[in-house]
Amino acid sequence: MIAAYLVLLIPLFGIVFFAVTGHKKDTGKLNIQLNAISLLATIWLAINVLNKGTIISPDQAFLIDPFNVYLIVLTAFVGLTTSIFSAPYMAHEKDIGKLNDKRLKLYHSMYQGFMLAMYLVLTTNNMGIMWVAMEGATLATVLLVSLYRTPESIEAAWKYFILCGVGIAQALFGTILLYYAAAQIGNSDNALLWSVLYANADKLNPDILEIAFVFLLIGYGTKIGLVPLHNWLPDAHSEGPTPMSAVLSGLLLNDALYAVVRNKMLVDGATHSNMAGYLMMGFGMLSFLVAVLFLHRQKDIKRLFSYSSIEHMGMMTFAFGMGGPLATFAALLHMTVHSLTKSAIFVTVGYAAQLAGTQRMSKIRGLIKTQPKIGWGLLIGTIAIAGFPPFGVFTSEFLVLLATMHSYPWLTLPLLLGIGIAFAGLFRHIQPMVYGEKPEGQRPIKANLWPVMIHLAWVLWLGLSIPDFLANWFSQATLLISGSTPL
Amino acid sequence: MNIEQQDFYTQAILSMAALIGLSSFLMLGQGRLLRMIFVFAWQGLLLTLTTTLVAYSQDNPHLYISAVLTLVLKVIFIPWMLRREVIKMNSHRDIEALSNKVSLMLGGAGLMVFSYYVLHPIVQTSSPVMLNALAVSLSVVLLGMLLMITHRQAVAHVVGFMSIENGLFFAAIVATNGMPMVVELGVAFDVLVAAVLFGIFFFHIRTSIDSLNVDLLNRLNEVDDQNTEQNSPLSSLSSENRAQQ
Repeated sequence: MIAAYLVLLIPLFGIVFFAVTGHKKDTGKLNIQLNAISLLATIWLAINVLNKGTIISPDQAFLIDPFNVYLIVLTAFVGLTTSIFSAPYMAHEKDIGKLNDKRLKLYHSMYQGFMLAMYLVLTTNNMGIMWVAMEGATLATVLLVSLYRTPESIEAAWKYFILCGVGIAQALFGTILLYYAAAQIGNSDNALLWSVLYANADKLNPDILEIAFVFLLIGYGTKIGLVPLHNWLPDAHSEGPTPMSAVLSGLLLNDALYAVVRNKMLVDGATHSNMAGYLMMGFGMLSFLVAVLFLHRQKDIKRLFSYSSIEHMGMMTFAFGMGGPLATFAALLHMTVHSLTKSAIFVTVGYAAQLAGTQRMSKIRGLIKTQPKIGWGLLIGTIAIAGFPPFGVFTSEFLVLLATMHSYPWLTLPLLLGIGIAFAGLFRHIQPMVYGEKPEGQRPIKANLWPVMIHLAWVLWLGLSIPDFLANWFSQATLLISGSTPL
Repeated sequence: MNIEQQDFYTQAILSMAALIGLSSFLMLGQGRLLRMIFVFAWQGLLLTLTTTLVAYSQDNPHLYISAVLTLVLKVIFIPWMLRREVIKMNSHRDIEALSNKVSLMLGGAGLMVFSYYVLHPIVQTSSPVMLNALAVSLSVVLLGMLLMITHRQAVAHVVGFMSIENGLFFAAIVATNGMPMVVELGVAFDVLVAAVLFGIFFFHIRTSIDSLNVDLLNRLNEVDDQNTEQNSPLSSLSSENRAQQ
């Protein structure tokens, strides 16, 4: 249990420390070190859970089970590699005069604030605190989206704030209804604790829970970026600093989906109908199809990949909605490989944009000729995210398709079609950027591509063979969510 | 069941619900920002009174704390901040022309009916009072959204946002006698931080577009706008061609 507290205390310390000390020369390095310590703490926590099974803290405030512990480790891992990328990137942004010390202080402090909110969403056992932490994640990142203080970034941040704030208010209404249903069966003191709710799920009033789930899905769905609530996502991703885009895409979206799945488990227990599943399938499919079409119309490289995030989140929501062991397993795997690949892509995109001095795709040319590492990184990342065979995204998408064919054969067609359109949409933009002649005067920049390589190597490994301990982990989580295991 | 047959507590809660719903309608049709903020402060005060009432009659002391929080945040701090902002922008004499007040009000009424329709299944398991309380709070949430859609001033958006929070608080207090203390403190903390952030944002928006009219925030969209088209070499070429012709 100490490990769980440590996971929360380290970023809390980070917020205060960076806010007090201000920006120094080595703040970026300290940020890396803090995230590294967090990662160690989460691994310790994971080993505990692996050995002892589900842990609930004595005051029942925290719950660590196979489902959230692997997301906690993933969060810490992506947080660490992104901070490794962020240190030289932010130093470069300061050198070219886009940022000053004061804003970098805010940036580092809120980076830790965001990590704290993410860990809190994942570890808490209280559905109310989960909501508070989710809103906290918005509040921590909203000033980072407008970090550059350009009119565009302020507009993006305002949109993000208003849309996510209003959206997530719906989730609070859903949580209140959940509490109302739970209070009807007694013990109102700990009626919002997930473990208590889950144990008594079959006694909860199904009518109230159905209404509650609609609000919860809309609320947290705004954060997942489900169409038609996705408008904030491309703006926030494209206007904020690139490390922020990497953690937003890699972590925030996952954790919002995590919140929806936790709630779905309660609702399924109460209603015994697949109403929650159908809703998620519908929204997931809609998001997937709309996002793949929008991929073709993008002009800004970060907007392109944020639509790709919507596409993948749509597919995961669809798979979780389908339920069943195979689909759930596939969705969990897809969550992992997507956040690894997408954060790697955003790192390379950040460097590519610094290289070309713009985010407009029509101006980014000849990456491989200028700096092969960045060019190949972007190309391989795109191949991975488009779902080409040796990579993990292929495996998970294949499993999703397989599960769809089992349960809803006629839905395989739009899925396959969508994957094809997405592939075309990505490559028509990527190809001229990486190949071709370099524009005059384009020089290589200082870039650290280790995070990218490590992420892509993981994704490749997951595609070739899932290591035993991970497979075991996924199937335990699948058992928890869907009631049986695919292995 | 007639309202006279209910006990005093229930009657009081129902009247509070009605008044809070009414205040949402008043804000919705209001074109002057200062008056809107004034009504918003009243809504907060009604919420504080409801919380105190529930705390007293259910003998639930921790609700007094949340009543104080509501009073400080929603009745004093946020209205004060918004008022200062409006006066600083010198827009306290402006009247926003709402396109069609009649249909706006009818739309609001429609949303209220819709909330009753959505929550109707609940009536089987609980008292009609609960249905009223929850339906009114849902309609306050929806009316807050409608307010944000129809008004163009950033200040009005914040009022809408905060009145959505008011609606949620009302639901939490009346339906469940308040959430657990730790959750309530967390939510209050979020509201406070959000209010401070809104203040910072007003400053940024004002310095960047010199107005608080959110219609001017229109640079980011999926439609190819003309500015960016002119920057690309291809379109400047074609416009040269056109000039030659």
